[in-house]
This record gives sequence, C-alpha cells and structure tokens, in this order.
Amino acid sequence: MNSAPGRPHGTAPQGWRPLPGGTDLPVLMPAAERLVRRVERERLIGNPVLRLEPWHGGLLLLVFLCAAGYVQAQAGADRPSIVDVIWRWTPLLAKGFAFNIAISALAMAIGTTFGIFLGLAQLSRAKPVASTAWFATHFFRNAPWLVLLFYCMFLLPFKVTLFGVTIPLPDWVKATFGLSLPVMANMSEIVRGAVQSIPSGQWESARSFAFTRRQTTWMIILPQCTKRMLPPWMNLYSILTVGTVLVSVVGVSEVMTLAGDALASENRADLLMPFYFYILAWFFLYCYPIARWTVYLERKYAVDF
Amino acid sequence: MDAFFEWFRWLYDATGINLTIFYDAFDRKRFIGGFFTTVRLAVSCILLSVVIGIAGAWLQGSKLRLTRHVVYWYIQFFRNTPPLVQLYFFYFGVGAYLKTTGGVPLVSNVTWAILGLSMYAGAFNVEIFRSGIEAVPKATVEAAESFGFSRLQAYRQIVLPLAFRVCLPALNNNLVNLVKTTSISFAIAVPEMLYVSSQIWSDSVNVEEMMNVLLFCYVGLVGLFVYAMHRWERAMRVPGYGG
Repeated sequence: MNSAPGRPHGTAPQGWRPLPGGTDLPVLMPAAERLVRRVERERLIGNPVLRLEPWHGGLLLLVFLCAAGYVQAQAGADRPSIVDVIWRWTPLLAKGFAFNIAISALAMAIGTTFGIFLGLAQLSRAKPVASTAWFATHFFRNAPWLVLLFYCMFLLPFKVTLFGVTIPLPDWVKATFGLSLPVMANMSEIVRGAVQSIPSGQWESARSFAFTRRQTTWMIILPQCTKRMLPPWMNLYSILTVGTVLVSVVGVSEVMTLAGDALASENRADLLMPFYFYILAWFFLYCYPIARWTVYLERKYAVDF
Repeated sequence: MDAFFEWFRWLYDATGINLTIFYDAFDRKRFIGGFFTTVRLAVSCILLSVVIGIAGAWLQGSKLRLTRHVVYWYIQFFRNTPPLVQLYFFYFGVGAYLKTTGGVPLVSNVTWAILGLSMYAGAFNVEIFRSGIEAVPKATVEAAESFGFSRLQAYRQIVLPLAFRVCLPALNNNLVNLVKTTSISFAIAVPEMLYVSSQIWSDSVNVEEMMNVLLFCYVGLVGLFVYAMHRWERAMRVPGYGG
C-alpha cells in the first residue's frame, strides 16, 4: 500500500488501493473496484460469469434425494423403485450427456481457432481488415445464441461435397457450428483484450531485434497472452457447456431431450423433478471443477500485470 | 406504400427472393406483431428487473436476517441456473398448479416469460445495485449531513446518483444480455420475433429469407440498444473511475 500524493500519511482507510483509472481520490469504496473488474470480465466473455460454490452441489443432491424419496413414498409397492428406474435410464442419459460434452468441446475448438484469427484481424493495421473483423465480432456478439442456432440448423446443407468427397452434416454438427459462432466472437474479444494489455514496450523491443510483426505476434505477444486469456476462455467454456441445453430446442437429442423421452416412456409425471435434478447435478459435477480452477488461475495470474 | 410492397412481389417473381413479410398483408402483420412483442417483452423485463433489483438491494440491507437470507437464496438460484430451465420451471412446473377448475391457465405464457426473465435478470441487478450503494463511502453521507442535508436528501441527491453512475456499466451488460435472452421465450410459445418467424417460414416456405431478416432484426435491435446504453454510460461516467 503506497501513500498517494495529496494524501497525508497514515490516513488511508483499511483496504485502500489506488482506484482504477489512475485517480487517487478516495471517493469510492472497494465495492466500486469490484464492479469495474466484473464489468471487464463480462465484457470479455460477453455473458454473465457462472459462480459455483460447493454447497450448490450439496443442495442439488439434497433436492434430488427429497424428490426421489417423495416419489418413492407416493408410488406404493406395486411400482418399480425409483432407484431402479433411474439406474435403468442412466446409460441412455449418460450417452446424451456425453453428447453435450462433445458438442461443447467441438464448438469450443472451432470457436477458439476462428476467434484467435478474428481477434488478431481486429488488431490488424490494414483498416478494412480491422473494421471488417470488428463488425463480424460485434455482429455475432449481439445476436442471441438461439437465433444463431436456428440460422445454422436451417441454412447449412445436410451434406457438403468437397473435392468430390461428400461429407454428411448431421443435425448435431450444424448445431455445433451454430454454437461456435458466438464462441468465436467472444474469443475474438478475449484475444483483442489480452493483446492490448501487453505493454507496448514488448512490441518495440521485438522490433529492435528485427522481428517482423507476424513473428512478434506469434512468438512474443501471444505466448504472453495465454495467461491473460486462459481464465476468461475457461469461463466461456463453462457457459457454453450449460448453453448446450439450447440445442434441444432445435431438435437435437441431447441429455434434456432424452430425459423427456425417458419420462414419456415411463409415463409417470412424478418422475420429472428427480430426473431433472439428477441431470442438473451432472452438469454441476462437470462445471464445478472448471469454475474452481478458473478462479484459482484468475487469482494466480492477477498479480502478474 | 403499396408500390413499395408490390416491388417485393416483383422481386420474388424476378429473382425468387420471397419476402412475404412485405407483400403479404397477413405475414406482414404477423411479423410486425412479433417484432413489437419482442420489444414489449424486452422493455417490460428491463423495467421489472430494475424494480426487482432496487427492491432486492434494499431488502438485502434489512435488519432482519430472514429477509437477507431469502434475497441471498433468490440470487443464488437465479444466477446459477440456465434461463431456459427457469422458464420451463415456471411455465410447466409452477404454471401446472395455477389453473382454474376448467383447466384454463391463470397466467399466460407471455406473463410467465416476463416474470421469469425479469427474475433472472433481477438477480444480477440486486447484486449490482448492492455493490453500487456499498461503493459510496459513509464519509460522503456524513459530509452531506454536515452541509445540512437531511438523511433522505443525502440519499436522494448524493448517494443514489453516485451509486447509479457506478452501477451503470454493469447494469448495461446485464440488460443487453436480458434483451438477447428474450429469444428463449420461443420455447414456451410466446409469439415474439423468433416464434412468428418460424410460423411464417413454415407457412410460406421461405426459410432462407426469413432467417436473414430475423438475424438482422435481432442484431439491429440489440446493436441499437448497446449503442444507446454505451453512449449513456459514457455520458454518466464518474471522472477518474473505470476505464
């Protein structure tokens, strides 16, 4: 804690730090600084950040057990036990869930690859390239995910022929493309933000060592950016994973659709709550470690810059 | 105006680009209706979520522990579950119990969409407003009081304007996200832009044209909102605070 000019020594309140923006006026409390950081983080990934706590999982489990217990108590002796029913459907649901994970991983991979190039294009010195990339980024950031999903589902062909090879495009692949578009746009902003946060001295010294601009970008700037980009990138991935549920709306059979089918074939409305909480618990189990690790990395890398 | 609409019929005949929403009065009416439903949905949700945010932030400062806990649980539930699941929960879960004896739902799907989405965005707003009020130091209120402001005056003329300016960037993010999220009310058959478009393209078999119209309408609407909010945010910026 350094003493700011214009402030008598020893009067700084507890937890006082220079405010972002370079002012040293102690007009606002640390809550303001937290809001600034929150806004920065949300603007990078374009979505509210998931903030999972361990007790969220405990609560999900508790509600699941209560709902299952209630169903069991209501069902009576003539019906199969709830444990049997859920156990019977678990392999199918697991398949559906694996599908969700596959969609999220593939969409993330596609979105990240294109997003990096789009982000670098935003920083291009050629004005038309930079403004086109800026437009594309903001276009896909402003479009709702569901609309982009519909767009890809309906407008991509069901097969493409490249150099005489016909590649079929099943529904889930089209949905994956649909999800990768907003990921790409948000990744583009993450890259732009990270590159711009690198001090300009890095560019200048690279130039004095006769690195070309491209070499500087790929060999000096981007490696340093990974630290900056990793936490928001992982945040984006958790959001995407939860967002894969949306593909059920456009008719791809993922875990939610399969759960609906299972409920329909069991023909028991009372199973709805236990089934849905069972699935929510799976999502939690998958996303929680990622969220935890993200927070850890954010803390670890926060001191560096 | 008719000549303008007829031009699109000519366009269809000449190029095959079938924009029924211009030359077909029925489709036009449907689409305009959908557009304004989206706008109405967005505006009502924004207003209601801000009201929820203010009320929640106020309740969070309550002396009663129970009230604070209720608000805390509300925030935890709504900010960590996907809005689609929340809408299903309200519409299929809660809505199933709110029926007259004749089976007519008491709450329409539009109302559920407004309520559900406002609750979702409101949870974030509570946090945002709370941080905004916490950001104003007690010393500022004391200084105002030493100038002869009453408690209420100090709150209305010093604390709230400052807190609001601190909140605005975060509020802006949240409201933009809310406007984008209104499209998921498609899932409970609210006749908003996405839903009516899907009806139009299944009736008139012009998926490609409608998809492009829809995408540009959404991006235009959200883009305009982002631009306006950004301008406002810049105008309201507290000097020396934030980027």
